Parts: sequence; structure tokens; C-alpha cells
Amino acid sequence: MSDFEPRIIAFCCQYCAYSAADMAGSMRLQYPTNVEIVLMPCTGRFDMLYALKAFEGGADGVYVAGCLEGTCHFLEGNIRAKKRVNCLRAELSKNLGVEEDRIRMYNLSASQGPRFVEIAKEFTDVIRELGPSPFGKKEQAA
Amino acid sequence: MSREVRTNSNLEKVLAAGHFAVTGELGPPRSADRAEVIEKAKHLKDNVDSVNITDNQTAVVRMSSLAAGLILQEQGTEANMQMVCRDRNRIAMESDILGAAALGINNLLVLSGDHQKFGDHPQAKNVFDLDSVNLIATIKMMRDERRLLSGQELPEGTEPRLFIGGAFNPFADPEDYRVLRAAKKVEAGVDFLQSQCIYDMPRFRKFMARAVDMGLTEKTYFMAGITPLKSLGMAKYMKNNVPGISVPDEMISRMAGVPKEKQVEEGIKIACEQIDEMKNTKGVAGVHLMLIEWEHMVPTIVKEAKLNPRPKV
Amino acid sequence: MIVAERKPFDEIKSFIADKKKVLVVGCRGCVTVCNAGGTKEVGLLASELRLDAQKDGRDLTVDEHTLERQCDPEYIEELLELVEKKYDAILSMACSVGPQFIVARYPEQDVYPSLNTLFMGGAKQHGIWVERCQGCGNCVIHNFGGMCPISRCAKSLQNGPCGGSADGVCEISKDVECIWHLITTKMMETGKAETEFAPAQPIKDWSTSRDGGPRTVVREELVK
Repeated sequence: MSDFEPRIIAFCCQYCAYSAADMAGSMRLQYPTNVEIVLMPCTGRFDMLYALKAFEGGADGVYVAGCLEGTCHFLEGNIRAKKRVNCLRAELSKNLGVEEDRIRMYNLSASQGPRFVEIAKEFTDVIRELGPSPFGKKEQAA
Repeated sequence: MSREVRTNSNLEKVLAAGHFAVTGELGPPRSADRAEVIEKAKHLKDNVDSVNITDNQTAVVRMSSLAAGLILQEQGTEANMQMVCRDRNRIAMESDILGAAALGINNLLVLSGDHQKFGDHPQAKNVFDLDSVNLIATIKMMRDERRLLSGQELPEGTEPRLFIGGAFNPFADPEDYRVLRAAKKVEAGVDFLQSQCIYDMPRFRKFMARAVDMGLTEKTYFMAGITPLKSLGMAKYMKNNVPGISVPDEMISRMAGVPKEKQVEEGIKIACEQIDEMKNTKGVAGVHLMLIEWEHMVPTIVKEAKLNPRPKV
Repeated sequence: MIVAERKPFDEIKSFIADKKKVLVVGCRGCVTVCNAGGTKEVGLLASELRLDAQKDGRDLTVDEHTLERQCDPEYIEELLELVEKKYDAILSMACSVGPQFIVARYPEQDVYPSLNTLFMGGAKQHGIWVERCQGCGNCVIHNFGGMCPISRCAKSLQNGPCGGSADGVCEISKDVECIWHLITTKMMETGKAETEFAPAQPIKDWSTSRDGGPRTVVREELVK
């Protein structure tokens, strides 16, 4: 268990989290290589199926990172994403007995490069603690 | 007020003779226990003109209203058999109406019936083939036109001679429509109407004034429903949790104003004051005392409200 | 539209407990519109079933396919090619009409309903669906201000509201509006309450409803 390196998929909004990741890069801040970023035009585009597909593909955890509430470029895409994330957490824990914390929603702004790194580290620690995905790893994530 | 008497109903005779009528209420047991009906009947005998026998009230299964009504009548008190629309289709209704009349029931009171959701059989399929207005019209047709809904004629002298009752509720919503709904029942041919428990006297007065104006009280006997408050807790519960019952704040503070051990007494006092007022309210032909599971208090109320002795007609 | 919702996951799981190869079939009709059984919901269910099997280390193949409609034989025909691939079970995500049509066409095939069909209704807003019709076979909503007391009154009263109506809500739940409150309020506002609406509504003839037995519509000019 100690050498377990989780595979994490982060669905990041281009207006905030993705730009924050960019900023972290230019600030030469390191974040865990466990996190693989999927660019989204807005977290409002996030679909529950994406997370399920990520798990099917071998992810150990999934998070969605959108703008701070009230600052969504499309007004409420991040609020909708939050609802979907919450629904998914409840559904997966009820139907499949999966820990809710394998799916999380985070909010940050484009200027928060260091916060992006903090989130990536925090979530990686959470998943490392939870251990490998109960679904096993059969194939590579898309 | 003296009207033609068309049935053998004691209640009808009392009302037609212009007496201020008194009806009681009896909830049949949740068993086949005849003795329980007989026990409750003792408190009602000679204190009221007839007694409503509830039909699976609050959608909880109890001895049938017809059976309990007959047991009551064996004890010398007339029954107002209740029939709700929830549990029977028109076939069962007409059949039970004929059966009840054949067995000596004189009064049949119809209601929509509480939804089964809060009863002891929430899984049940409800019926509501006819509603209460339709059912009133059906009984009237069977009695006065000697016909079933199918058109089948009843030979002369074999029609169910029933005094038809119904309910009215001035306290449900929309308030302004309530008298119009009562009017539909009057139009459908209901002979007497009993109200939901009254605590909100101003609203009741307003309702009655309008019913009198519309001439409804000329065609149908309106009886005022009285249920004494047993405690402050009951008053609050009724106010907050029972749809279609209005308990004004003054009534709550009046109950709150007396110590707990005196609250029963205060409730009875309020009820007697209400009954006194009803005697002098235009269009009110009597009172309906609803003391379910508190039947033993009926003699006290009847005595304190000076309602006895009941007239022999 | 016909409004439905997905059955509890455990129930669906129990249908296929001993199956190895399953086909989930969606419908692009009503259940797509009410987000219960369209392509997307097929994807979600299939994915959840696969994950569940992966978790338990069970061998399970779940394929997905969505038909234009499951209530017309020509679209059901489209399944032939898939049925020939020998699935142990088909999970239909249409309203309960769909699985019956599939079974009728492929009698040897094991078919299960994955939705609970609820009612005929519409979307009050995105994500909220409400019942509006019970298919009584003789529409009279024009007599009730354009509102249906058969589907919307808990007691299907023709002459409401009953004594359980308070503050505009039904006695069965504070979340259920009293349709008779709305009907009578409208009648009073339009001045019809004491005139047109005053006579009692007649006894409803239920023979055109399901009470008269299962119904069939035949339009000779359309029948080939």
C-alpha cells in the first residue's frame, strides 16, 4: 500500500483552474504528477458519465475544479457542476459502496496558482489514504 | 320551522318539529368487539337524537359502520350510518344503501373520506368512483325516483327511505367557496349537513349568514359541529396539524390561561357557550357533538348545555 | 410525455446477478425528454453496472444501444442484429411499453424493465416533472378551468375541494397543491362559481378509462 501512486483525473475549467495550473507552471510550483488534467470550457460541461468513464478507465479519484461561486463565466456552470458532483458522490456511495471522497468539487480563481497546487496535493493525499480504486485497473484512462 | 317528514328517521322528526337537534358520534372498535359498541352507546342513549357511526375514519380499519350502527340501534339509539367514497364503487354503494335501509338504518351520511395515505393501509387502492356530491344525488334518486344509477326501477315501497346527511366545512379553503360547495350538496338533495369542529366562531357566523342569505337553510338542516378542547396541547395540535380546522389565537390563550388540571373543565365551558350561541344563530338547526373516544363526557355536556331531555317525537 | 424514473440500482443489479452479457436499450422518446432512459442515462447505467462488476471481480459485458422509440415495431426490428449476438438479458430503459414490445418481438429473449413508469405529465421546470393526465378517455378539463381534477386531486373528486384542503395544499402532503383550490379560485375570479360552475358535476363515466378494460385504438384509414 505504501508505494501506491493514485491516478487522478481533474476536470478543470479553462477560466480558472486550468489557468491557475498554467500560472503554477510559470511560477515553477510543483504539483503531484498523479493528477491528469482534462480541460473543460466550463465545469458546467462536466457530465457524471465522464467521472464514471474515468473510473472505468482506472482512475482512483476524480475532482472537478471550477470558478469561485458567483464568478462563473457562464453564470452558474460551476453551481450545476457542484450539484452533479454531489449527486454522483451520493449515487456511487449508495449503489457501488464507493467512498464519497473519491469525487470532489473544488473552486478557485485563475490567479490562485499556489491554491491549485495545494488542491492537487490535498486530493492526492486523500486518495492515497483511501487506497486504490475498488474497481481495479484494467486499462489506461482516456 | 316545520317541514314534511319523508322517512322514519328520529333525527328528521326532531328537526322537522322544530326542535334544536343533537347528534353524537361513535367510532366503531378496531375489532369485532360488540361489547365496546354497547359500552359507548350507554353514554349516548337518551342524550342525543341520533349518533353518527364513522366509516373507517382516518382510513383506519374498524368494524363496519353498518354493523356498529345496527348494534347501536339494538340499544335503543338511532344511528347515522356514515359512508365514505374512498372504499366503495357505485355498485357496492348502492348495494350497501339498499342493505342498510332493509336492516332498519334511517340516516345515511356521506363523506369523501380521508385519504388512505395516513391510515393503517396506505398501500390500498382507493376508489372514489363517485364523490360525496354525486353520492348524495344517488341516494336521493334511489329514494325519491325509485331508481338505481343503472336506471333499474325499484318497486314502490321498496326504495331506501333514508334521511340523507352530509358534511360542510367552513374552515377549509378557499374560504369563499365553502358555502358554494355546501350549496352543491343542498342542490344534490342533502337533507342535513353537519359541520367540521368549530372553534373559529366569527368564521362560522360569516358562513351561516351567507348560507341563510342564499336560502340554503330553508332546504337543508345545518348542524354545528362541536368538539370540546381537552387541553391546551390539543388546541395547539388542532391549530397546527389538522387541515381544515381553524383554532383562533383567542381560544389558545383562553386555554393557556387556566391551569392544566382545569383545562378539561374550561374546554367543556367553551363548548357549552358555543352551543348556547348556536341555539340563537339563524339557520343552525342543531349541534353535532363529536366526542370520539370521549363518549362518556357526552352526558356532562348535554346536561351543562341544557340540551336534555331529548324530545320524543 | 410519459414520465418515468430509474429503478433502484440494487433492483436492476438483481435482474442480472447471474448474467454475463447484457444489453442496455434506451429510447429517444419521452424518457429521453424526462432524462430517465435516453442515450445518456443508458451510458450511466451501463457504466455503473460495469464498475459494479469490476468491483466484485465479476465477468460482465454491458453493451449500449438506444432506439428511436420502443413503442413502434419498426424500431424494435432494429434490435434483431443485436439480439442475434445472444445477450443473457436486455435491460430496457423505455417506459414499460418498451420492454413489452421487445418481449413480443423476441419471445426467447430475457427482458427486464429498468425504469418505473410513473405518469403522463410535463416538466414544470427543468428537473421537475408533474402529473397532468390519467388517460380517463373522456377529457373534460374545459369544465374545470383547464385543470384536471382526475389526475391532480388525490381523490379524483368531480365536486371538490374536500374538507382537507387548507392553504392551497392537499391533506395528503404539504408538497401537493390542492387542484380544487386552484379550480375554485379561478371560477370565483372569473365570476363563474355561482353561475356556470354552480351545478354539481355529473357522475363520471369511467368506462372509457382503464376500468373498462385494456383499450385499443383502431383507425381504419391508417391500417394497412
